[in-house]
Amino acid sequence: MSKLQEWDADRAQARVQELARLPGALLPILHALQEEFGYVHPDATPLIAETLNISRAEVHGVISFYHDFRHSPPGRHVLRICRAESCQAMGCDTLIQHVEKRAGVKLGETTPDGSLTVEQVFCLGNCALSPAVMLDGEPYGRVSTGVADFLIETSRRAQ
Amino acid sequence: MSVRVYVPRDSAALSVGAEGVARAIASEAASRGADVQVIRNGSRGMFWLEPLVEVETSSGRIAYGPVSREAVAGLFESGVFLDKPEGKPHALRLGPTEEIPYLKQQERLTFARCGIVDPLSLDDYMAHGGYRGLERALKLEPQAIVDAVQASGLRGRGGAGFPTGIKWNTVLYAEADQKYICCNADEGDSGTYADRMIMEGDPFVLIEGMTIAALAVGATQGYIYSRSEYPHAFRTMQRAIGIAYERGYLGADIAGSGKRFDLEVRLGAGAYICGEETSMLESLEGRRGQIRPKPPLPALEGLFGKPTVVNNLITLASVPIILDRGAEYYRDFGMGKSRGTITIQLAGNIKHGGLVEKAFGITLREAIYTFGGGTASGRPLRAVQVGGPLGAYFPESLLDTPLDYEAFAANKGMVGHGGVVVFDDTVDLAKQARFAMEFCAIESCGKCTPCRVGSTRGVEVMDRIIANENRTDNLRLLDDLCELMTEGSLCALGGLIPLPVQSAIRHFPEDFAKPAQQSPAVLQAIAVESHPETKPWR
Repeated sequence: MSKLQEWDADRAQARVQELARLPGALLPILHALQEEFGYVHPDATPLIAETLNISRAEVHGVISFYHDFRHSPPGRHVLRICRAESCQAMGCDTLIQHVEKRAGVKLGETTPDGSLTVEQVFCLGNCALSPAVMLDGEPYGRVSTGVADFLIETSRRAQ
Repeated sequence: MSVRVYVPRDSAALSVGAEGVARAIASEAASRGADVQVIRNGSRGMFWLEPLVEVETSSGRIAYGPVSREAVAGLFESGVFLDKPEGKPHALRLGPTEEIPYLKQQERLTFARCGIVDPLSLDDYMAHGGYRGLERALKLEPQAIVDAVQASGLRGRGGAGFPTGIKWNTVLYAEADQKYICCNADEGDSGTYADRMIMEGDPFVLIEGMTIAALAVGATQGYIYSRSEYPHAFRTMQRAIGIAYERGYLGADIAGSGKRFDLEVRLGAGAYICGEETSMLESLEGRRGQIRPKPPLPALEGLFGKPTVVNNLITLASVPIILDRGAEYYRDFGMGKSRGTITIQLAGNIKHGGLVEKAFGITLREAIYTFGGGTASGRPLRAVQVGGPLGAYFPESLLDTPLDYEAFAANKGMVGHGGVVVFDDTVDLAKQARFAMEFCAIESCGKCTPCRVGSTRGVEVMDRIIANENRTDNLRLLDDLCELMTEGSLCALGGLIPLPVQSAIRHFPEDFAKPAQQSPAVLQAIAVESHPETKPWR
């Protein structure tokens, strides 16, 4: 996650242009921007609207509909903790409380040092090994509080 | 000759350290000068044994697991990775993989190759019977393909159980300049991971199934709609599609037939509702994933307003074997109107969690105990939720229900996508009922009022019930709300969320009577109050 670029309108425009020809291009475009910058910058809305010839309201409506798209930069690392039923059956509530205490943030927040964003997610498809989390796109299963501590600590140290 | 060693690259295997194990085997082999070839396969679906390492020997593949990175050197020491490793004793040795009872007792049709082949080797795929279904389909008229699927009795594996052949027939006879095949791989139900396993373990079977569907209905473009929560599946699928293009199994001239089919995989963005077919189509078109009222059916006016086959991934991945082995072969598995196999995904508080593909008709009890080995915690099982967040909570007394669409419906539940989430006796069903409403409030698309507003009111009412405020009145109110959501919602999210809520109240009334110690008579009264249809005087 440390490879994220600073927001750059020209670069964004190039990515948007590149994908604009796809049928139903908006989601691929938003994913591409978020992959590059870690979030969808507010300035992206008019830029996309103009390129796709749709209204800003439409673009904003789509960005705000989907849980994935962020409006501000995340921490250097993103820890997503599953809160769905299978993980509930294996004590994810306790795990979440532990992580919130250890990292000093609530779900959806970023630590003050900018190292870690902790988010909730509903199902990572690793339900035979609940409770499950994902750190920067890498899955972890049967996550004990000890494993969670390790992941938080690793994120804090890594730049 | 080098020894072939299999280490899965399935996400679940990676989540418990398969990557480290694969690297350790490669580096240990290099430092010892051992001739070992590491192949990254999909998972066999026995997740409590992951990372499951298999060594190919003259007497078949021998399994070791769960293997940690630290155990690798020891495995080398005991000669497991030598030319003739047969019978070498080791504490982690599980014996021939195919002989492990969990696998041996299954009927793997859709998952016949998953965990066996290298997911990104088209040659491996073909060597294991791949593309034989397409080969047959290319010799048939579109109507004959549709007829075969219809005769197989295949029904939609996403949960609704609609006959696939009938859907395809509608699209076949729809007149249009463009038709689409859309694979719903937005596997959002908690307790399910079968779609992910196929995308990571046998992606070509999906490509083949979608190609056959395209030939059957006259479509030339396909989309797979997957999830952002499945980054590994997405990458594997993309690479597999690239390989299929290179080898002429996608594009302008499929397998030299002169027929065209293009395929692309797209990602959702964390919206559960996009697993609803019309919502998924909106999302694919680049809009908010709000559902469309039906009619028109997507089969007639689907993606970009054109006739579209929308099928679940497991449905489409089951098509190649139907064409290859024949409709009768597939139809002969199963019970009643549920033909073929069900891919059960054991999850939650379960000792041996994993994928169990069996003919329809296996009971929940067999799945959970014969295969799953009971709870992981060792505590008594108390509740099972089948079919994801919209599925009912069943008590122990309903475990003998066979997995069959109709049998589950008769018990006010649903099979859904086959997810089975087990809870032990520490579960609080009032909390689970509240969560169901909360989940619906978070994930509602907002199109219809019963779901959008009803779910939020549902959370509030549940909070009052849990806090013991006017409990009897609030339970009655909740029941009324559930009825309204069931009858008035536009789609299955608002329409089915009452299922977990009402089943929790029906089967576990004591959890809605805490913390005050209530007598059984009061408990019964609460259950009856909240379920007027069970009132003896009615």
